[in-house]
Amino acid sequence: METFLGLDYNVWWFLVFGAVISGYAILDGFDLGAGALHLLLKKEQSRRIALNAIGPVWDGNEVWLVIGGGALFAGFPIAYAAIFSAFYIPFMVFLMGIIFRAVAIEFRSKEPMPWWRKTWDIVYSAASIIIALSLGLMLGNVAYGIPLNGQKEFAGNWLSFFNPFSIMVAITTLALFMMHGSIYLTMKTEKRLYARLRILSRNFIIFFVLSFVITTLYTLLYIPHLSDFFKANPAAFIIPILMVLSIANIPRQIKKGKYRYAFFSSALTIALLLVMVALEVYPYLLYSTVNPDNSITIHNGASSYKTMKILLTIAVIGTPLVGIYTSFVFWTFKGKVKLDEMSY
Amino acid sequence: MDVEILSRVQFAFTIAFHYIYPPLSIGLGLLLVIFEGMYLKTGDKRYEQITRFWIKIFALIFGIGVATGIIMEFEFGTNWATYSKYVGDIFGSALAAEGIFAFALESGFLGILIFGWNRVGPKVHFFSALMVFLGSMFSAVWIVVANSWQQTPAGFRIVGEGMNARAEITDFWAMVFNPSSVERLTHVWIGAFLAGAFLVLSVNAWYILKNKHLALAKPSFKIALITATICSLLQLFVGHKSADGVSKNQPAKLAALEGHYDSLATGDMYLMGYVNNKTQETKGIRIPGGLSFLIYGDFNAPIKGLNAFPEEDRPRQVNAIFQFYHIMVAIGVSLIALSVFGTWLYYRNKLFDKRWLLWIFVWSVLLPQIANQAGWFAAEMGRQPWVVYGLLRTSDALSKAVTANQVLFSLIMFMVVYLLLLILFLYLLNKKIQHGPVDYGSKEDIEEGSKRDNPLLAH
Ligand code: HDD
Ligand code: HEM
Ligand code: HEM
Repeated sequence: METFLGLDYNVWWFLVFGAVISGYAILDGFDLGAGALHLLLKKEQSRRIALNAIGPVWDGNEVWLVIGGGALFAGFPIAYAAIFSAFYIPFMVFLMGIIFRAVAIEFRSKEPMPWWRKTWDIVYSAASIIIALSLGLMLGNVAYGIPLNGQKEFAGNWLSFFNPFSIMVAITTLALFMMHGSIYLTMKTEKRLYARLRILSRNFIIFFVLSFVITTLYTLLYIPHLSDFFKANPAAFIIPILMVLSIANIPRQIKKGKYRYAFFSSALTIALLLVMVALEVYPYLLYSTVNPDNSITIHNGASSYKTMKILLTIAVIGTPLVGIYTSFVFWTFKGKVKLDEMSY
Repeated sequence: MDVEILSRVQFAFTIAFHYIYPPLSIGLGLLLVIFEGMYLKTGDKRYEQITRFWIKIFALIFGIGVATGIIMEFEFGTNWATYSKYVGDIFGSALAAEGIFAFALESGFLGILIFGWNRVGPKVHFFSALMVFLGSMFSAVWIVVANSWQQTPAGFRIVGEGMNARAEITDFWAMVFNPSSVERLTHVWIGAFLAGAFLVLSVNAWYILKNKHLALAKPSFKIALITATICSLLQLFVGHKSADGVSKNQPAKLAALEGHYDSLATGDMYLMGYVNNKTQETKGIRIPGGLSFLIYGDFNAPIKGLNAFPEEDRPRQVNAIFQFYHIMVAIGVSLIALSVFGTWLYYRNKLFDKRWLLWIFVWSVLLPQIANQAGWFAAEMGRQPWVVYGLLRTSDALSKAVTANQVLFSLIMFMVVYLLLLILFLYLLNKKIQHGPVDYGSKEDIEEGSKRDNPLLAH
C-alpha cells in the first residue's frame, strides 16, 4: 500500500471527501437555513433582503454538493452506487427539493404580483426544509447502517429509513442549518430586520442545542456501537468539548456585535459535528446491519490506487483555486446587503 | 414495464431536458464575452446595454441548467449502480474534475457577472464573464470525455469477474484522449455555439421586424451572424471527422446511422429515407456508393453492414437511429445555407429588408436545438446494447436495489415537474424578450429603464 505522510491514499481521500462534505454543510447550510426560516420574515422588503443576502453565493455553495457527489463516485464508487440506489426514494425527494429551490429563487423576482411572490416564497421555504430534513435522514441512516447483501447492495425496505434515530438526526440538521442561516442573515442585515433576526437566531440556537442533546442521549442509550470510538479513545472527547465551547461562543459574539466571529463559530460547530460522525463511522462508509462483513469500507469500496493518486493530484491543484475564487466572490459581496437594479 | 426500460427512458428524458440548457449557456457565454469585449474595447454604451440584457437571459437559462444538472450527477448512482461500480475509476475522476475545475469556476463568477455591476470595475466584470464562459466550456470537456470513454474505451484494464468486474485506469491521458474524445468534444462545443448564436439571431431578427431596439438589435445580429456562419461551416468539417471516427471505432453504429445491413454491398449515402427494421431494407433518396466514397475514397468499396454483427451485439432501433442522424445532418446543411446567405445579403446591405428571411431567422432558433438532441440520440442509441461499448451491456448496468415501481414513480415525477419547469421557463424567457434591452440613450433613459426592469424600485 502506498502511503503519504504515514496515511494511505484511501484515508487521504476519506479526509478530502469529509472536508468537501463539511464545506457543503457550512456553505449551503447557511443558505438552506435562510430558506427554512424565510416565511418567518413577514415584509416583502425583508424577504427580498434575505434572498439577496444569499443571492450571489448560493449557487456556488451548491457546487460543493456536486463536488462531493463526484468525490464519492470517483474515490468510493461502490459506496456511491450502494448509497444512492438504496436511498432512491428519499434521494429523489431531495432532488426535487433542489430543483424547486433553485427555480423559486430564480423566478420569484420576475413578476411583481403578490400571489406570485407568495407562492414562490412558500416553495422556496418548503424546499429548503425538505432538503435539510432529507439530508439529515440520509446521514442518520448512513451513520446507523443499513442492510446490505453480499453484493454490497441494499437489501431492505426503504420505509425502514424512517427510524427514530434518523428522524432525530434529520431534525437536528434542520435546527443546525436554521441557526447557521439566521446568524448569517444577522450579519448581512441592518435596523429592524436585524433586530428581528437577532431574536430568531437566539431561538434557533436553543432549538439546535435541545435537539442535539436529545439525539446524543438517545445514541448513547440505544445505539452503543456509535460511541465505541469515543469509549476506546477518551482523548477524542476534546471534540465534543470544543463543540460545546464553540456553541457557547455564538451568543457571546452576537452580544458583542461581532457577527463574523459568531458565524465562524457556528461554521466550526458544523465541522466538529461532522468530524464526530466521521470518527464514529470510520473506517466504514456504509455499515451493513445484517452482516458486518458486507459493509463497505474505505478500502473495499474504493477505486484503484492509480485513481486515488490522480484524484489527490486534482484535489491539490483544484482546492487552492476554488479557495481563491470563492474568497474573491465573498469578498466582493461583503458587508450589509444593498438592493440595486440587478437584485432579485 | 421492467426496470431496464423505465430507467433508460428516465435517463434519456432527464438528460435530454438538461441538454436544452447547457448548449445555450455555452453559446451565450461566448457571445457575452464578445459583446462585453467590444464594450471594453470601444467604450460604446450600446454594447454595455446588450451585455446587460443577455446576462439576464443567461441567468435564467443557467439556473435551470444547474437544477437539472444536479439530477444527472446522481442518477448514475440511483439508477445505474452496477454501471457506477464498473466505471467509477474512470468516470468518477472526470466528474470530480468537472466539479472542481468547471462548476466551481462557473458558479463562483456567475455571482459577480449578475450582481456585480456596481461592485467591481468593468475589467473585473469582463474577466468574470470570461471565467463563466471558460467554466462552461470545461464542464463540456469532462462530461464528454467520460461519455466518449464509454463509446471508445481506452487506457484501462478489467479487474474482477462477473458482477464484481470493474474497469481500472492504467493510463490517465489515454483515458482522457480516447479515440473519440477530441472530435466529439469539438462537435459538441460548436453545436453549443450554434445554439447560442441562433438564439441571439432569433431574438434580434424579431426586434428588427417589430422595429424595436434597432440601435442595439442590428449590431447584435451582425455579431451573431458572423459567429453562426463560422461555426456552421466548421461543424460540417468536424461532423465529418466524427463520422470517420465512428467508421473505425464503432462500425456497427456507422452501419446503423446509414441503415446499411449487407456487408458485401457498397455503402450508399442517403439524403433522406426509411429503414425497414424487419425486412432490413433501406429506401430513399441516395447517392449510390456515397458512404464508401466518404470512408475509403472509393465508390465501390464494400462497407461492413449490420449483418456482420451477432444479433445481440448490434443496435435494434435502426430506423430511429437513421432518422435522428439524418435530421442532424439535414439541419447542419440548412444552417450553413441560412447563415452564408444571410451574411452575403448583410454585406450587400439588403438583409434587413427581407422580411421573409428575418422570419426564418426568428424560427431558426429551434434548428440547432433539434440537431443537438438528434445528434445525442443517434450517438447513444447507436451505442446500444452496450453501456460501455463492447464491455458492459445496458441490461447488466442497472441498480439491483431499485424496483420498477420506484422508477415509475420518479419518472412520472420528473415528467410532471419538468413540464412545469419548461412552461415557466418559456413564459419568463418570452417576457424578458418582449421587454427587451434598455435602449441606448440619455442617462435618464437608462435609469428609468432599470426602474422599469425592477418593479419594486419604481415606488
Ligand atoms: C458520461 C456519460 C453520458 C453523457 C455525457 C451523456 N450520456 Fe446519454 N447515456 C449515458 C451516459 C451519458 C448512459 C449512462 O451510459 C446511458 C444510460 C443507459 C444507456 O444505455 O446509456 C445513456 C443513455 C442515453 C439515451 C438512451 C439510449 C437508449 O436507451 O437507447 C439517450 C437518448 C441519451 N443517453 C441521450 C443523451 C444526451 C441528449 C446527452 C447530452 C447531454 C447525453 N446522453 C450525454
Ligand atoms: C450525464 C451527463 C451530465 C451530468 C452528470 C451533468 C451534471 C451537471 C451538474 C451537476 C450541473 C450543475 C452544476 C452546478 O451546480 O453549477 C450541470 C450543469 C451544467 N452542465 Fe451538465 N451534466 C451532464 C451533461 C452535460 C453535457 C453533455 C454538457 C455539455 C456539453 C453539460 C454542460 C453543463 C453546463 C455548461 C452546466 C452549467 C449550467 C448551464 O449552463 O445550464 N452537461 N451539469
Ligand atoms: C453538418 C453535418 C454533420 C455531420 C456530418 C455530423 C456528424 C455526426 C456524427 C457522425 C455523430 C455521431 C458521433 C458518435 O457517435 O461518436 C454526431 C453526433 C452529434 N452531433 Fe453531429 N453532425 C453534423 C451536424 C451537426 C449539427 C449542426 C449539430 C448541432 C447544432 C450537431 C450536433 C451533434 C451532437 C450534439 C452529437 C452528439 C455528440 C457526439 O457524439 O459527438 N451535429 N454528429
